[in-house]
Amino acid sequence: MAEYETHEHDVLVIGAGGAGLRAAIESSAHGADTALICKSLLGKAHTVMAEGGIAAALGNVWPDDNWKVHFRDTMRGGKLLNNWRMAQIHAQEAPDRVLELEEWGALFDRTKDGLILQRDFGGHRYARLAHVGDRTGLEMIRTLQQHAVHKGITVYMECTLVSLLKDGDRVCGAFGYWRESGKFVVFKAKAVVLATGGIGKAWEFTSNSWEYTGDGVAMALEAGADLIDMECYQFHPTGMVWPHSVRGILVTESVRGDGGVLRNSSGRRFMFDYIPEFFKKETADSEAEADRWYTEKKNNRRPPELLPRDEVARAINSEVKAGRGSPHGGVFLDIATRRDPETIKRRLPSMYHQFKELADVDITTTPMEIGPTAHYMNGGVRVDGEGSATAVPGLFAAGEVAGGLHGANRLGGNSLSDLLVFGRRAGAYAADYAKSVKGPLPVAAGRLEALAREALAPFDPGGTENPYLLHQELQRTMQSDVGIIRTEHELRRAVEKIGELRARLKRVRVEGHRQFNPGWHLALDLRSLLVCAEAVARAAIERKESRGGHARDDHPKPDPAFAKVNMVVRKDGEALRVSAEPIGEMPAELKALLEG
Amino acid sequence: MARVAKLRIWRGDASGGQLHDYDVPWEEGMVLLDVLHVLQATQAGDLAVRWNCKAGKCGSCSAEVNGKPRLMCMTRMSSLDTTQPITVAPMKTFPVMRDLVTDVSFNFEMAKRVPAFKPPPRPPDGKYRMMQEDIDRVQEFHKCIECFLCQDVCHVIRDHPENKKVFAGPRFFVRYAALEMHPLDTNDRRELLKEQMGLGMCNITKCCTEVCPEGIKITDNAIIPLKERVVDEFFDPVRWVWSKVTGGGSKEG
Ligand code: SF4
Ligand code: SF4
Ligand code: FES
Repeated sequence: MAEYETHEHDVLVIGAGGAGLRAAIESSAHGADTALICKSLLGKAHTVMAEGGIAAALGNVWPDDNWKVHFRDTMRGGKLLNNWRMAQIHAQEAPDRVLELEEWGALFDRTKDGLILQRDFGGHRYARLAHVGDRTGLEMIRTLQQHAVHKGITVYMECTLVSLLKDGDRVCGAFGYWRESGKFVVFKAKAVVLATGGIGKAWEFTSNSWEYTGDGVAMALEAGADLIDMECYQFHPTGMVWPHSVRGILVTESVRGDGGVLRNSSGRRFMFDYIPEFFKKETADSEAEADRWYTEKKNNRRPPELLPRDEVARAINSEVKAGRGSPHGGVFLDIATRRDPETIKRRLPSMYHQFKELADVDITTTPMEIGPTAHYMNGGVRVDGEGSATAVPGLFAAGEVAGGLHGANRLGGNSLSDLLVFGRRAGAYAADYAKSVKGPLPVAAGRLEALAREALAPFDPGGTENPYLLHQELQRTMQSDVGIIRTEHELRRAVEKIGELRARLKRVRVEGHRQFNPGWHLALDLRSLLVCAEAVARAAIERKESRGGHARDDHPKPDPAFAKVNMVVRKDGEALRVSAEPIGEMPAELKALLEG
Repeated sequence: MARVAKLRIWRGDASGGQLHDYDVPWEEGMVLLDVLHVLQATQAGDLAVRWNCKAGKCGSCSAEVNGKPRLMCMTRMSSLDTTQPITVAPMKTFPVMRDLVTDVSFNFEMAKRVPAFKPPPRPPDGKYRMMQEDIDRVQEFHKCIECFLCQDVCHVIRDHPENKKVFAGPRFFVRYAALEMHPLDTNDRRELLKEQMGLGMCNITKCCTEVCPEGIKITDNAIIPLKERVVDEFFDPVRWVWSKVTGGGSKEG
C-alpha cells in the first residue's frame, strides 16, 4: 500500500461540475473534511456548456407559478416515470438554491423591478428559467467554484478515478491516476459522492466533451449500485449539423424559448404536425395563437416548438427522413425572421458568436441548420429521493449521473436546478453519514495492485487495437443502432457489437509513456463507456414500448404495462442483467397536482 | 475534399522539446483542434492537448498559433494560411508540462488570494433587487472563460516570471473589477490591489484586451477604473462607498 500516494478525507466528491461543487460546499459546511476531484481543470466541467437557465418557480415573471406547477410539468415531461419524491423536492427547493447562488455573487438578468428575470422553455408552463443571456452554466460554475475556493475545500485537478474501493459492503475510497504524471493515487474516504455526469461520448453526434465517458456510472455499477431508466437517453433536438467537424455542438433551447421556430425545406413550421395527444390540450394549434402566447399566457397555449425535447427531436428526425430536411441533413431553426437583430444579440450572444465563428452564419439574418444531438442521461444510478444515497453504503450520487428525477425525459432547465438541489442534499447526507463511520478504512490486500496492473495493460507490447478507432466504432454503432428511433433487431446487433468491442479493448495498445497521454486515458475511459453503452442497449431491448427519450419503431406507442416500471440494470459477474421493477405509488395529494 | 495541412507542433516536456512536422489531412469547416484530433487518432496517439467544449466556452484549448495566443477550437483552418506550415506551441508564460499542456496553477493560486464576495443580508423576502443597467458591466466581466490567454500575453509576467509573485495579471484584474463593481459587494480590496496584486505594474498596453476571446475590454473597462479607484479614492472612503452603491466609477460608458 505504501507505494501509492494516498490521501485521506471524510468525504470525497468525484466530479466538479455543478453537482460536485455544490455537494462539496455543503459537505464542508457540515463539518466534513471534503475533497473534490476533477478530470479536467477546475471550472471546465460540462456545466459551463449549459446555456438556457435554471428552472425554479420563483414567480418573478408569472406570479401564478409555484412548486406545484413545476412538479406537474416535470412529471408530465418525464411521462410519469419520474421518482415523484425527487420531483417534489426539486420543485420545492429550486428557488432557494437560485437565491443562494445570487447571495454567493451570481448575477442573473433582471426584470424591470430588479428581480431575477425568467425565460420560457420547453415543457414549462410559465417563464421559469433564471438565466444570464445564454451562458447561465458558466455563471453557475464560476460562482460555485469561487465559493468553494473561499471555503478552503481541497481540490485535486486532472485526476481520473478508475475504481471505487470497498471495505466489505461499504465504500471506503477510490483509486485512480494523475493525468499529468500517469502515477497512481489512492483516496480513502468515509463517504463518496459521485457527480461525474453522463455518457454522451458513446454517440457520434454529441453535445458532450471528452470527459463524459460514464466513469461514475460504471464505478457505481461495479460497486453494486443499480442503474435505472438508462434506455431513456435524451437527444437534444437542436445541435449544430454543419460544418461536419462541429456536428453535435449544442444550440440552446433558449432560441425557441425566445421565439425561434423550426422550419423544413419548404419553410413550413412543421411542429404543428407533431403535437401528441398527451399534450394537445396545452399546445397551440395555430401559428397566431402560438405567437400570442409569448406575451399573453392566460388565453393562449404554448407553441409546439416548446414541446418537451423528446417530442421535438423525433419530429425533426421524421422531417429529415421524409426528405424535407436542410442541405446538411438537419432542419432550420429560424430566429432571424422572428426577432430583431439587437434582441437576438442581447438574448443569445453566445449562439450569435458560435455560429459566426464556427459556421460563418449570421443568425440575425439567416436560419441555423440544426439536428438532434446526444445530450443527457435521463436515467443513471438509482438513488433514494431524500438523501441521494445509492444501494451501496457510503456511496451517494447527484446530478446527471443519478437517475430518477427526470423519468423518461428531462425538461430543459431542470438540469441546472437538479445539480443545485441534489448536489446540496448529497453533500449534506454524505457528511452526516461520514460522521457515523469510525475506525480505519482498510483496502483488501492485493486490490490496488490488481487495479494498477489492469490500468497499465494498454502499454503491453502484445496489443494491436487503437483506442481512438475502437471509440469511433462504438460511436458509429450507438449512432446507428441505439439512436433516437430503435428496433429490437438493431439493439441486439448493438449489444453484440459492444461485446466484440469489449473483447478487442482487452487487446488495446497505446504508444508513448504514462505522462499526459490522451491515448492511454481514452483506453481506460473506454472500459466505462462500453459498460454504459451496453446498459443503454440492454435496457432499451426490454422496454417494448415508446416513452420519453426511448422510441421504438417496432413498438411505437406507450404501453400501460410499462407505465409503472423502471428498467433496472445490475451487474452479475461480468454480465449486465435487466429487470422491470415497479415504481412506488404516488401519494394522492401529489397525484391531484398532475391534473389541469 | 481532403487537403493536407503542414503542422509544426512543439513536443516535449519540462526538460525541453522541439517542433515536430506532421502532414495532416483536413476538410472544409474544420478548426485547428479538429486537425489535432485527427493527428492524435492517426499519427500521434500520445499528443498532449487540453480541450473540453470545442465551442469557445470552457477556455481549455489555449495555445500559441503562429505565435499568437488563441483558442484552438475557435481557430478555423480557413482563417490560416495553409500553404505555409502552421506552428502550434504551448503558452509561453506558463511552465510546460507536456506538449501543448502547461502548468497554469499560478492562476488557481491567485484565485485563492481574492477576498470573497460579501453581500449585505438578504431582504425579508429573500430577493435582492438590482437594476439591469447597474450590472451590465459586471456581467461583461463574468463572461471570462478563464482561458488565461490574457495572462499569457501580458509582458509583465511573460518576460519576467519572477513578477508572478507580485502581479495578479489581467484575468484577475477582471475578477477584482467584477467584485468591486458588483452592486451588492461590501468588501474593500483596494489596498490589496495596490500593495500585493501589482495593479501599478500594468502600463496599459492593451495586449490582453486584444487576445481576449470573449471580447472583454480588460484594459478600458476593468484595469483603468480599478487604477482610478485605487489612486484617486484611496483616502476617500465616502467616494468609494458611493461608487460601490452606484456601480459607477468608470469613465467609459
Ligand atoms: S494592459 Fe496591463 S495587464 Fe494588459 S497586457 Fe498590458 S500590461 Fe498586461
Ligand atoms: S479575461 Fe478574456 S483572455 Fe483573460 S482569461 Fe478571461 S476570457 Fe481569457
Ligand atoms: S475547447 Fe473549450 S474553449 Fe476550446
